[in-house]
Amino acid sequence: MIIELGHFALVLAFVLALAQASLPLIGAARGSAALMAVARPAAMGQLVFLLLAFAALMNGFVTSDFSVQVVAANSHSAKPMLYKIAGLWGNHEGSLLLWVLILALFGAAVAGVGNNLPASLRARVLSVQAMIACGFLSFMLATSNPFTRLIPPPLDGNGLNPLLQDPGLAFHPPFLYLGYVGFSMAFSFAVAALIEGRVDPAWARWVRPWTLAAWCFLTIGIAMGSWWAYYELGWGGWWFWDPVENASFMPWLAGTALLHSAIVVEKRDMLKSWTILLAIITFSLSLLGTFIVRSGVLSSVHAFATDPARGVFILGFLVLVIGGSLGLYAYRAPVLKGGGIFAPISREAALVLNNWLLATACATVLLGTLYPLLMDALSGGVDKVTVGAPYYNATFTPLMVPLLILMALGPLMSWKRGDLPGVLSRLRFAFGVSVLGMLLVWYLREEGPVLAVFGIGLGIWLIAGALTDLAERIRLFRISPYASLSRAAGLPRAVWGATMAHAGVGIVVLGITASSAWTEEKIILMQPGDQASVGGYDYRFIRAEQGPGPNYTALRGQFEVSRNGQPVVTLEPESRSYPTPPMDTTEAAIYPMLSGDLFAVIGNPQGDKGWSARLYFRPLQSWIWGGALLMTLGGAISLSDRRHRVGAPRRAAAHGRSDAGAAIAAE
Amino acid sequence: MNRMQWRRFIPLGVASFLAVMLFIGLGLDPKIVPSALIDKPAPQFDLPPLPGKEPGLIAADLAKGGVSLVNVWASWCGPCRIEHPQLMEIAKIPGLRMIGLNYKDDPARALAFLQQLGDPFATVGADRSGRVAIEWGVYGVPETFIIDGDGRIVMKHVGPLRPEDIKEKILPAIAAARP
Repeated sequence: MIIELGHFALVLAFVLALAQASLPLIGAARGSAALMAVARPAAMGQLVFLLLAFAALMNGFVTSDFSVQVVAANSHSAKPMLYKIAGLWGNHEGSLLLWVLILALFGAAVAGVGNNLPASLRARVLSVQAMIACGFLSFMLATSNPFTRLIPPPLDGNGLNPLLQDPGLAFHPPFLYLGYVGFSMAFSFAVAALIEGRVDPAWARWVRPWTLAAWCFLTIGIAMGSWWAYYELGWGGWWFWDPVENASFMPWLAGTALLHSAIVVEKRDMLKSWTILLAIITFSLSLLGTFIVRSGVLSSVHAFATDPARGVFILGFLVLVIGGSLGLYAYRAPVLKGGGIFAPISREAALVLNNWLLATACATVLLGTLYPLLMDALSGGVDKVTVGAPYYNATFTPLMVPLLILMALGPLMSWKRGDLPGVLSRLRFAFGVSVLGMLLVWYLREEGPVLAVFGIGLGIWLIAGALTDLAERIRLFRISPYASLSRAAGLPRAVWGATMAHAGVGIVVLGITASSAWTEEKIILMQPGDQASVGGYDYRFIRAEQGPGPNYTALRGQFEVSRNGQPVVTLEPESRSYPTPPMDTTEAAIYPMLSGDLFAVIGNPQGDKGWSARLYFRPLQSWIWGGALLMTLGGAISLSDRRHRVGAPRRAAAHGRSDAGAAIAAE
Repeated sequence: MNRMQWRRFIPLGVASFLAVMLFIGLGLDPKIVPSALIDKPAPQFDLPPLPGKEPGLIAADLAKGGVSLVNVWASWCGPCRIEHPQLMEIAKIPGLRMIGLNYKDDPARALAFLQQLGDPFATVGADRSGRVAIEWGVYGVPETFIIDGDGRIVMKHVGPLRPEDIKEKILPAIAAARP
């Protein structure tokens, strides 16, 4: 019964979305306040009904109601509660429900807190938002209904893929979706602005917090995903340039560019057309990500639902959304004339460069992801190629290097006309520190490699550059420390946020460089009592024994790690065997330290020769995730900036008010 | 209208191109995964037998003339059970050597699997570490390879064999592998 109520709520949400997609749009075009007023209660209602549907399905998972098809296919009565809950979005139908729920959440947020928006803009934004919801809800109702019953119900469920039974992964999809779907706000604002024919600094200021929030969620989502891969897949890799990883990384790159170009619109009333395009592209890439994962056009270890019928539906939807919005862009772009010209050396020029590099990097990843498909399609299924890490190392990395070098310069530039020699001289301290760091690393690691030494220098340069910006702003050492402190307290939070995010990138760069260049690894057979030395740490193998877990049996190994005779930690890696579905997973034991990660994996016994063990020392490994966390934190702090909270941005009066036709004629 | 006007259609054009490609991509069989090994000699290996299924398996067995089918399977793999009737069917083809590559499996369970569902294989090598499967570029179980008399890989199929795959893929590949 509860399940049928959930189904019914889903249908009602769809009907409300249809109303919300059409009426407010007509109202905004005709200037009818009554029709525009439909948008807010409809958005709220959609959220309520989707919450009901979500709760109904959640109830099915929590109570292990195997008469529901998705529950039977993805859950099991012996599963820990956390994974019963996470099982809801660990499958195609449930993850779509989460997707639309989050979409409704953002829609309701605009309806609820968007008091400072002009009525027509709000009506249009909510309308566009509802169009997206219509697409997804009809997709669910037509091809992937999570509330389908299974008669007769099986005695027990199939279980969730054991690889996915992990706390890190349990909360990875919700964050990723909050990011993906969050960019729908930027998209809706962009399309609404195209319909209105008006983009101005006030618009940018409304869009930025939504973009920033989505970016934060996506950053943390991607970091969680790679962290999961790092400790669950058991060979220490954390990024594989897998199509599904790329699918989340492309919106991140485009979103990062959007975040920066929106600043230019806000402060200088320029780059409007480009910013609108970026907003459309960012969300389009999020949708493309969904398509790639759901349709199975690209074979990937991640794809857990491959169904051509669904693929055709999503592709049709994709064409409608992306084609429609880009068509509207082509039609309306000439209206979006920016004001003013900019000097080649200025903050805005630096941000344009940032956008070029990020957009090119994003296109590079897109090409790498779709290239196998393109070759396949163009050759009629004859040429099959796979694109791997070497492609990305050769294309993506060289694009990142100038971006990272310039990243320290940008924030120090002033708007309109920058003073390059002045900026460089202010950065001489940062430059000195990074050269020192490089020399130190070169001394410690004589064998190089040169690129890794350069990477370390780059990381230090970014951190020192971010700190230089801060020091300049509080006039550190030039006025009394007390005065500096009071200036620091008075700095806008957006500045603190930017500093933290940029320093976070530096920390990530250090982590990536050190862990990929100087990881030490040993794969050996060990008998109890044997000892092996890896990266200056002594691993002593104590024992390995078989033991039960909640819904698996595990082979547990025990390693005592010491350094120079001082005990450091006891590592207990596991190799788990799940009965439903039958599968073995590796649970690496990881001890993260500031200097690096100790990492041990236990394998199967090899006759009487002992157990195979893989032991690693991975320097600065956890800096990657620490840096990502700092970036997210920076984003969150910037989000809490005063200017987003108070002082509703007010539009400049009437100039060119929404009169797109006249603007086109005037050209 | 000035000369720059056409530029605003670029995004739409790129998106349309990608949409067409994605549509074609949907029609292609995602199960045909590229193998860099097609037309190359099968990788060298030396595997112990499953107990009772001596004498194990070495790469030289494949180059002794005659067409071979190599099936990568495991008792813990659900789709392997689904495709097993197809393997039993294929095993009736005269002159085809059926070889099993038992992937990361417990020997007792693997033998029980064959006793329960039937044993289509002439020889079975036990790849307990999965090392040989890595050399063969195995994505996951099950996978099926057709090898010609010179030990070269002619075809690779990823995922379970469906009944229609026998006629559509296996038989043509065997015909192509015969001199």
